[in-house]
Amino acid sequence: MDLVAGVLAGERLALARLITQVENDTPEGREALNRLFSHTGKAHLIGVTGSPGTGKSSLVNLIAKAYRTPADGMQPCKVAVVAVDPSSPFTGGALLGDRVRMRDLAGDPGVFVRSMASRGALGGLSHSTAAVVQVLDAAGFDKILIETVGAGQSEVDIARLAHTTLVVEAPGLGDDIQAIKAGILEIADILVVNKADRPGVENTERALRSNLELAHPERMRTGSCGRGGKANQPKSGAPEALDEQIWVPPVLRTIATQASGVTELVAAIECHLAHLRVTGEWQEREHERLQTELNQLLQAVLVARWREGVSEAELRDVVSRLQDRELSPLKAVEQLLDLDAVPESY
Amino acid sequence: MAERKIRVLVAKPGLDGHDRGAKVVARALRDAGMEVIYTGLRQTPEMIAEAALQEDVDAVGLSILSGAHMALVPRVLELMRANGQGGVHVFVGGIIPETDAQALLDQGILAVYGPGTPSSKYVNEIRAAVLGEVAA
Ligand code: B12
Ligand SMILES: Nc1nc2c(ncn2[C@@H]2O[C@H](COP(=O)(O)OP(=O)(O)OP(=O)(O)O)[C@@H](O)[C@H]2O)c(=O)[nH]1
Ligand SMILES: [Mg+2]
Repeated sequence: MDLVAGVLAGERLALARLITQVENDTPEGREALNRLFSHTGKAHLIGVTGSPGTGKSSLVNLIAKAYRTPADGMQPCKVAVVAVDPSSPFTGGALLGDRVRMRDLAGDPGVFVRSMASRGALGGLSHSTAAVVQVLDAAGFDKILIETVGAGQSEVDIARLAHTTLVVEAPGLGDDIQAIKAGILEIADILVVNKADRPGVENTERALRSNLELAHPERMRTGSCGRGGKANQPKSGAPEALDEQIWVPPVLRTIATQASGVTELVAAIECHLAHLRVTGEWQEREHERLQTELNQLLQAVLVARWREGVSEAELRDVVSRLQDRELSPLKAVEQLLDLDAVPESY
Repeated sequence: MAERKIRVLVAKPGLDGHDRGAKVVARALRDAGMEVIYTGLRQTPEMIAEAALQEDVDAVGLSILSGAHMALVPRVLELMRANGQGGVHVFVGGIIPETDAQALLDQGILAVYGPGTPSSKYVNEIRAAVLGEVAA
């Protein structure tokens, strides 16, 4: 079976099998990515991150359902979900349980749910998540929801991959300012306080708002993921910042177990999408993401190619001379690459 | 490429609320280095076949203590075959009388495991089936 042709024709078995090839980085998977690339770039990628157990999967379930059954006679979107859970660093095994909360999506041919293990990656996604998302994009899914590992060390990866990033918090997580990681506020396009049926919602909400206010506008502009946003005056409800070219992350309350607040949440996601389109940030971010991807790939391939030409013995020798402090790391690189000096802008 | 990861779906079909065994098995398979997709309770055969397809699993494990295995298991097998996943290995565990176990094996189930089965047994047998080896 030609998996690529199958994926483009909308065959689900071909899609599932190709994702496996891509996840395992097989030659067939790589070849397929080459062939599919020209079909990508259309889907709206929505990241969902936040502390463990805050209700990410439950919300993904509801968001997907909302896109499948839009109110005012709009066409339902095709929705894919990629849910990442951690691999055990000791055994390499993983328990992927996000599907438990996504049972409403069963039986709908317009939805495709795939679980992935993080396989040693620390950023909340696995190394192949972006590639798997590409396959789903090429397969014609309009919305791709990406749920990260709950306990991500730093969730910057998801902000780089997704167009719209939701950060989900919940009351009673030791709340307050310390508990809310600084980095996470910088990557949030939309902040969600889920489990609003629980005591302490106001505290969590207030903590998020005041942290948002503290966040430096300048940093937001030049931050590693290139997010816009100058005047970070948080507002509640649907954001109104469209024509000001500034995105102010809204703080929204939801109760996933009662499907409450979901309409507003989906409206905010769509509003952010419109913002990306109107301001040209969509293209900007696409450019930045592709450039980062290219750089990373170049680095990996250059190193791999160079490694083919050196012997283990030579490398071992250099490392032991480093250890003996006979050689500095920069000098070692010069020697290994046979350079007079390393380039100034390395 | 790293060592091939085995992906297994562990599912509880029907209205059976006994999920202890399924959770024990899911954890044992994870601890053996497999990636285990757990779907939770009260899955219809349709939901199980769909999850097996989307997740492109190497094996499916069904845990049934309700007595409804003779209705549920053949239906799962039938749906998986219709989906083009006839080659995926299917295992059953729980409270399954001997005669039924034989009938299920005849229909293509690879093994049936009852209460008290040590994890090493099903772990080895699932791994062997997926990797196409003889169980250790
Ligand atoms: C604990 C228990 C309960 C608990 C369940 C708690 C829970 N969340 O799981 C509670 C009290 C809720 C309960 C309720 C009922 N139970 Co009850 N319960 C049991 C009991 C005592 C132990 C089951 C158990 O947890 N075992 C421990 C686990 C680890 O073992 P296991 O599930 O067998 O799994 C092992 C193997 O079977 C195998 N395995 C199982 N699944 C799989 C899957 C794969 C892929 C693999 C590889 C291996 C594998 O590996 C596991 C590890 O060795 C059994 C009796 C028994 N001795 O089995 C009755 C039993 C299952 N219950 C029974 C019944 C009838 C009920 C009730 C209908 C009413 C009642 N009489 O109590 C309700 C129904 C609940 C419902 N909604 O479905 C009957 C079922 C009769 C039948 N099938 O013909 C049993 C057999 C008792 C009996 N002899 O009558 N029960
Ligand atoms: N009270 C209450 N419980 C909720 C709400 N949303 C989710 N839950 C419960 O919280 C638990 C965790 O929900 P999940 O959706 O699995 O959370 P998650 O963030 O995906 O969890 P991980 O993927 O494990 O990090 C489940 O028991 C849900 O039923 C809510 O709004 N209110
Ligand atoms: Mg989850």
